[in-house]
Amino acid sequence: MRRLRAIVSTDGTGQGGTKAHNSAQGTHGPAHGLVQLITPSGERVSHPEFDFWVRDITDEQLCSLFEDMSVIRRIDVEATALQRQGELALWPPLLGQEAAQIGSGRSLRPDDFVFSSYRENGVAYCRGVDLTDLVRVWRGNASAGWDPYAVNMATPQIIIGAQTLHATGYAMGIQNDGADSVAVTYFGDGATSEGDVNEAMVFAASFQVPVVFFCTNNHWAISEPVRLQSHIQLADRATGFGIPSMRVDGNDVLAVMAATRVALDRARRGGGPTFIEAVSYRMGPHTTADDPTRYRDPNELEDWAAKDPISRAAALLDRKGLLTDELQQQVKDKADAVAREMRNGCTTMPDPRPLDVFKHVYSTPNSWLDRQQEHYARYLASFGDPAGATSEEGAR
Amino acid sequence: MTQMTFARAINAGLRKSLENDPKVVLLGEDIGTLGGVFRVTDGLQKDFGKHRVVDTPLAESAIVGTAVGLAYRGYRPVVEIQFDGFIYPAFDQIVSQVAKLHYRTRGAVKMPITIRVPFGGGIGSPEHHSESPEAYFTHTSGLRVVTVSNPQDACTVIQQAISCDDPVIYFEPKRRYHDKADVDDAVDFRSAAPMDQARVLTEGTDVTLVAYGPLVKTALDAAAAAADEGISIQVIDLRSLAPVDYDTVVGSVRRTGRLVITHEAGQSGGLGAEVAASITERCFYHLEAAPVRVTGFDIPYPYSKLEMHHLPGLDRILDGVDRALGRPNSLSGLEG
Repeated sequence: MRRLRAIVSTDGTGQGGTKAHNSAQGTHGPAHGLVQLITPSGERVSHPEFDFWVRDITDEQLCSLFEDMSVIRRIDVEATALQRQGELALWPPLLGQEAAQIGSGRSLRPDDFVFSSYRENGVAYCRGVDLTDLVRVWRGNASAGWDPYAVNMATPQIIIGAQTLHATGYAMGIQNDGADSVAVTYFGDGATSEGDVNEAMVFAASFQVPVVFFCTNNHWAISEPVRLQSHIQLADRATGFGIPSMRVDGNDVLAVMAATRVALDRARRGGGPTFIEAVSYRMGPHTTADDPTRYRDPNELEDWAAKDPISRAAALLDRKGLLTDELQQQVKDKADAVAREMRNGCTTMPDPRPLDVFKHVYSTPNSWLDRQQEHYARYLASFGDPAGATSEEGAR
Repeated sequence: MTQMTFARAINAGLRKSLENDPKVVLLGEDIGTLGGVFRVTDGLQKDFGKHRVVDTPLAESAIVGTAVGLAYRGYRPVVEIQFDGFIYPAFDQIVSQVAKLHYRTRGAVKMPITIRVPFGGGIGSPEHHSESPEAYFTHTSGLRVVTVSNPQDACTVIQQAISCDDPVIYFEPKRRYHDKADVDDAVDFRSAAPMDQARVLTEGTDVTLVAYGPLVKTALDAAAAAADEGISIQVIDLRSLAPVDYDTVVGSVRRTGRLVITHEAGQSGGLGAEVAASITERCFYHLEAAPVRVTGFDIPYPYSKLEMHHLPGLDRILDGVDRALGRPNSLSGLEG
């Protein structure tokens, strides 16, 4: 097994912090090294800059991060099974990206606001999204699973990269309000080629707004490898926009947490945007409808399996004598309970009613749509099933 | 009551909105220091600050996309797209996000965004400065689309659009920016006619002539010319293009039995087609003739020396009126 060395770029010159440990000075500039705090074999390696940012993480919290990652993997496996069993139409697996999602998701404050893609179900779990709501969209019962304001996370974006602009606009609002919360946007390596992501970086840099661009480089945009998107490291793209960036081992939950905290801290103190490239790997298909054997070398998967984020955290816990049978049983029980709850919520979810199709298109009366709804209600009623033709709340 | 230009009237409406609601913010290219290329936002940044009247980098998708984020945060953004032909880079954000977020989130997230677009031709500009893209947006559910044809409406309707909890595309007829009229900017937009209501401008008994935006003035001129020939035309300013106030149009066509619709945009798949179809469905037994469309051609907007051939003018509209009335016209003798 090839062991990654902890390498940190220290060649940055710009963007110094105002305080001692806003060191992330090394985070600005080209040719980023990979920030790593836990090696694939579970060794905790020290790092002159980033150790500071996770110095408060207790053994108990490490166990908790391990549990979170295990639980979301279980959610992912259960949802994939639900799709195979015909209960979900589709599911976008996050297998392999648990550390990137938990390490960042657990760094956020409740009043921060997340704008993510459709693969950040682990982040949604951190935000407290109801388990049933995680699968609502994929069962076809709604176009969005939850009320964004209930968990301060926008519902996942399907248009690639579009959410980065929403996060930047939201951050402009935070800045106007004089608040110290942060907008955090998640997207993939493929999204970095989209105009919206580039425009978002232009606006974020121009207005110096509190936004974190969290790019999970999982190496594949469906069948297209990251080298098709970029000839340079993705983190280096941010440099051209004048946005400080970091390249972290995305399968290392502590490194991700440290990097996210650096970025959040900078944003809260008025230091503007940060770009994080979390280097990870999509171990599963793009979605349950995809077949990666058509385009991927199986050896590549094997290489990345050796860097698995959960095995790595387990190895660290083991070295510290924390990976007890009791802990493992506790984590398994939690994961099973969560999976059961999600499955139950999924299979007992009530179907929407026919006239719900017209609901919420507008928030105010609309003569065109009201007429179409009225006509369709009459059509449905013509089958002698007036109950099916009415909805509880009407059009809005 | 003050006499002001069309552009100034919009400015007055924007100012009212900025004064009345601290959540109103303006975003666009050149709208701050310069006051907009048409000076519609003149003086607003000076009076309300750079955080409420924001000069943005040149990226239309980002202007609309950040407006979405601001709306998420509880703001009421007013976006300026500098020219009609520049709106297409923002098309995805408008169609996939602005229009759909309320539906997507089952009503949890409101998108009270107003997108101001100077539209239409007749000003001798190069390509991309004279387009009429309204049908793209009237075809997109979740959006409201309005146009204004006179300074008073310009002032009132912009305030109604901004206060609306749904996204509104607000088309401004740029060739009328310098037209002057008396405007009462103290009119309370809440008690004024709702923006989705059409307005009957002239009473008439022979033909219903439906227009909107820049062609309302042309339609009124055509009605005056027709009156000299003893033809009585009822001119309707549609104002709202999505939804169209069909009740008002139906009421008129049931009396006149004849309908002419005019717009600068090309004919196929245009708003005139939608109005003609809907009125035919609702008024078939009252119609004395097939609805007539007098529109721009299905061509890219032409170079300026030919634009007056593309734009429906008074004479082409009257030719359409003759067709509706079965009087001799340019197509007499042609079948179909």
